[in-house]
Amino acid sequence: MTASIPSGRPDAALLRADVLVIGAGGAGLYAAIEAARRGADVLLLDRSLVGRGGATVMAQMTVAAALGSETEDDPAHHLRDTLAAGRDLCDPRLARLLCEDGVEVIREMDAWKAGWARHGDGRIRQVQAPGHDRPRCVYVDFLSTGPAVSRALRTQAQRQGGIRRMGEVLVTDLVLSDGRVQGAVALDLAHGVPLRIAAGATIIATGGLTRLYRRNSASANMAGDGYALALRAGATLIDMEFVQFFPIGHLAPRMIGMDPIMWDPFRYKLGGRLLNGAMEEFTDRYGAPDGGRYVVTRDLATYAITREVAAGRGSPSGGAWLSFQHVPEAVLRENFGPVIDRLAANGIDLTQTAVEVAPIAHYHMGGIRVDPAMHTGIPGLLAAGEAVGGANGANRLSGNAITEALAFGRVAGREAAAIAARDGTGWNDAAARDALALAGGTGPARPGGNTAALFHRLQAVMADDVGPFRTAAGLARAARRLDDLATELGEAPAGAPLPHDLARADWFDLRAGLQVAQAVVLAATARTESRGAHQREDHPGLDAAWTHNQTVALERGCLCLASQPVAEAA
Amino acid sequence: MSVAVLSVHRGVAGEAPRRDRFEVPFEHGQSVLDGLRWVRERVDPGLAMRYACLNANACKECMLLVDGKVAYSCTVRLEAREMRLDPLPNKPLLRDLVTSIAPPDERPPEPAAG
Repeated sequence: MTASIPSGRPDAALLRADVLVIGAGGAGLYAAIEAARRGADVLLLDRSLVGRGGATVMAQMTVAAALGSETEDDPAHHLRDTLAAGRDLCDPRLARLLCEDGVEVIREMDAWKAGWARHGDGRIRQVQAPGHDRPRCVYVDFLSTGPAVSRALRTQAQRQGGIRRMGEVLVTDLVLSDGRVQGAVALDLAHGVPLRIAAGATIIATGGLTRLYRRNSASANMAGDGYALALRAGATLIDMEFVQFFPIGHLAPRMIGMDPIMWDPFRYKLGGRLLNGAMEEFTDRYGAPDGGRYVVTRDLATYAITREVAAGRGSPSGGAWLSFQHVPEAVLRENFGPVIDRLAANGIDLTQTAVEVAPIAHYHMGGIRVDPAMHTGIPGLLAAGEAVGGANGANRLSGNAITEALAFGRVAGREAAAIAARDGTGWNDAAARDALALAGGTGPARPGGNTAALFHRLQAVMADDVGPFRTAAGLARAARRLDDLATELGEAPAGAPLPHDLARADWFDLRAGLQVAQAVVLAATARTESRGAHQREDHPGLDAAWTHNQTVALERGCLCLASQPVAEAA
Repeated sequence: MSVAVLSVHRGVAGEAPRRDRFEVPFEHGQSVLDGLRWVRERVDPGLAMRYACLNANACKECMLLVDGKVAYSCTVRLEAREMRLDPLPNKPLLRDLVTSIAPPDERPPEPAAG
């Protein structure tokens, strides 16, 4: 791979690769490794630092795969649970790929020293997560699954050879020539200069959109930018209305240095009791008893907590109580060791006090529509990981996100290497001209509008009216407010690019995030029923007539909604 | 509500460094990173700072100097006093509080001069 400065364009280096991977979380890293071991020359980009940004590094605990190390298991059992959780909207071909290939990638991760927790006799430990019919979820102690997975993949990517890894690069546009994606234009955030990237095949592995919500468990990178890249390149999005809220995100007291989804592993290992403001168990009122065990699925628990708060029976900060007061100190220490000290540093003694929890945007079931080979339908463009929609239908089963990232990443890497070998790498500078002008050009005078404040307002719109509970009136209000924000954003980022220019990055994030938010609102408005993570207060209950997927595409500058039958099993 | 005063290093490499002082209202338990994000949203979106995971201390990107000591901005609490924030001293400065901390083989290419 070479960086070259062609004559006449001293402002934008040209990088070349067989395969361009956008995003270096679990899906992107696995895709890069797989493409490289099939002989491709790979460029792996991340807008943050490689292996540190994104969602994978933040995973606290569970990764589902039918290893059968605790009890007999089979991918067919995992598939049955995944399809049931998805409320009849999963693409069964993608779900099956997740469950079948999942076993192989989790074993390969073991060989790459991810460090899955083990029993004394060497068997990998598996815990039972809500919605699974048996213990199926592997993990790394203590609350270290994400960092361990990221580290193992990053080390493997270094060892593999043939992968140029590059952080601090924000891809702003894909470049199409003769109907195929020939690479991308990016903003080198470190230096504040644009880059041109020619690639035979491009994989979008940028994760989901949960940063569009005020309370979210994502990193600052997950604002739907990959979806917007795909949309503008002509690809189709699917199931955009289904945003998963993690029901027991930390709410109060304020803590530092702890992930808001940290109570998930506590519930896996110790049960704990979910209580309303009156210290009563309550999920049974909504059809699923909690009973001190962690069995209620995410969509139902989110529904129950939100309803209880609306009825005036919430905890003081507007959530529910989660109590481990009945668990002896010694048991807490045995299961969570150093985490108990970190809690103590935050002034929390679980034997004495309950904590407050509330739903928090956690994952997006929807995403880029692909076939089981991760092709988007646009030649030269593939997707992998959370960026892909369809595998999880209307509600994702606990533990399926990392498995999906790794399994889909592997397929995308294999396919991209084959495409690049077959079609080669070309570059048409004229096709990149507008994108280059936007990424590297000088916009209206600084300071312009406050982009960080604008993003905050986007999060408020989504939290207020496009959260777990939706109404036609609220969605219409959200659509209007999003239009206003888009007008305010303007046509170009302010000023000339600077090193580590967050305001400029915000502008591109807002351009993407606003369009993706509009896609969510469009699909949520049309779906006049309640299913999984999409709950309509004005249309309660599942309606069998709505057992089909909705898609969103960009046609002549407008988002266009359509529907399609749920895919048949292969 | 208490108020912290963040004294923040500004400027790019090779430029005479200057400092900006930001008065940041906060509630007990908030972090320095929360304060810096407040500054971007309310005062100066152009402030350069590095972070990805917000609050989990998982990404380890938000390292800087707080009162001369190396720390993660997401794990240091805001306090009702002046807090001095500087970029890491042993890394190349990009701008304001951001230094080049990626391994050399994981950085974008150095732009050609001119």
